[in-house]
Amino acid sequence: MSRNGPLALAFHALFLTFILAPLLVVIGVSFTGEGYLALPLNGLSLRWWRAIGDNPRFLESFWFSLRLGVTAATLSALIAVPAALAIARWRFPGRGALVAILASPLMIPHVVLGVALLRFFSGFGLSGSFASLVTAHVIVITPYMLRLVGAGLSGLDPRIERAAESLGASRLTVFRRVTLPLIAPGVAGGWILAFVTSFDELTVSLFLASPSANPLPVQLFNYIDQMTDPLVASVSAALILGTALVLLVLDRFYPIDRLLTGERRA
Amino acid sequence: MNGRSNLTPALLAAPSLVVYAGALLLPLGGVLLLSLHGFDFEKGILPGWGLENYRDLLTDSLFAESLLRTLRIALWTTAICLLVGVPEAWIIYRMAPRWRGAMLLIVVGPLLVSVVVRNFGWMVLLGTTGLMNQVLTILGVPGAPFRLMFTELAVVIGLVHVMVPLVVLSVWASLGRLDPVLERAAFSLGASRLTVFRRVVLPNVMPGIMAGALMVFCLSASAFATPAMLGGKRLKVVSSMTYNEFLNTLNWPLGAALATLLMVAILTATLIWTRFVETRAMRRLGEVAEGGKGGSRA
Repeated sequence: MSRNGPLALAFHALFLTFILAPLLVVIGVSFTGEGYLALPLNGLSLRWWRAIGDNPRFLESFWFSLRLGVTAATLSALIAVPAALAIARWRFPGRGALVAILASPLMIPHVVLGVALLRFFSGFGLSGSFASLVTAHVIVITPYMLRLVGAGLSGLDPRIERAAESLGASRLTVFRRVTLPLIAPGVAGGWILAFVTSFDELTVSLFLASPSANPLPVQLFNYIDQMTDPLVASVSAALILGTALVLLVLDRFYPIDRLLTGERRA
Repeated sequence: MNGRSNLTPALLAAPSLVVYAGALLLPLGGVLLLSLHGFDFEKGILPGWGLENYRDLLTDSLFAESLLRTLRIALWTTAICLLVGVPEAWIIYRMAPRWRGAMLLIVVGPLLVSVVVRNFGWMVLLGTTGLMNQVLTILGVPGAPFRLMFTELAVVIGLVHVMVPLVVLSVWASLGRLDPVLERAAFSLGASRLTVFRRVVLPNVMPGIMAGALMVFCLSASAFATPAMLGGKRLKVVSSMTYNEFLNTLNWPLGAALATLLMVAILTATLIWTRFVETRAMRRLGEVAEGGKGGSRA
């Protein structure tokens, strides 16, 4: 394996600084004892971390986003797994079109999606409801789900399924006992990526959110629009640290590049 | 399981197609129709049809200004992401395997943190009394502190931070498909590191770079959160204009026309880019074939 020269390593160090700077600065400033975003810190304080507990709206939004993400990711898996099976295992007219349609939300600006769904759901008096947000998120996250489930299926030898069939297993049994266990890592990876994408989604949610259905990114965005006090920093820092923890655990059994591209590590 | 029944794939695809038709195609069609209606501040959405909204937008200097700003920001972001992200992916690729995983985790991990949080970090860094200006002042940079927040520069910085991991990832994926033997062969023939990168690696990862570039351009041109948070209320881009019409001015038909134009612009850019990449790839194939026939070019 060829090594990087000193110039390359210096570039790499600068790059890492750029990537980590805004995250570290948020974590740092969340420990201020002042009433404003004071940096450098003069003393550590947990004042603003305690303030999270005193502000029920952030906690409520956190639980709401959790519920939203779990529901949307699960529903997305239910429609994406059969579709991925159809795409991977059959050749039929319109297959290319099906692939293109199912991936299309990736190409549509989220503002456009938000506008379209706001108009659509307000026609039924449903805008600002949990159901409208779930539907919107299913559309946003299903392309990711399909990519990972599809990658799992393409790594699966169809002969294993045929062997099971030749031994007299019914189609349903083959799916339940052979295919599903083998693509389970792909489905799990897709579910996690879909959940995280839903949990972080801002733009589409902004159009559909209401005081009773307010996901965390929307809550945070609207709060920052009004004021920026260290409470934003402690909530953001909690999100960063939570994500980092999930990532470290996840990386043990599901490398991040595979999670995000569906491909195996080089 | 191949083609035994023609009905099975249709049944398998049906649930997803029903959801997409109901919650994507229908609403998008609705936006198109809505954009053809007029609007009155007292009467609301007018029943008549017409192209007035589009005429109004295309003759509006404010719209032209934010369209140009949107394109400028997206182009700068794409260019910087490529200049920085491609070498970074290459550097990580050449690291010892035990470092690679950790580095990739640091570089790509922020993708899983909400954009709102990341933009907030830049707000703290780029403020007039923020860390960036403090450092610049200590270093004695003339003119410091600068006004960084609410400028196009701030928006581009924020967008690069959001998008550059996508380029690294896209190039990383195509580096994974690169045969390491090619590289070693080039080295053994006496090529320098730079030559190997330029003549062997770069052509092989070109598809990944092209795909990454398109993705970054489309996402930056349609980004809402970063321009809104780092650009402020005055620096409008097309998506923040759309948001404004829908949630503040409440002129939905005009907002729908804006949304339609944004989407058409993005789809057109995608088509042109895909066509450009395809012709390029064909030309390259031609060159390779010719090179093979003609022997050495030196």
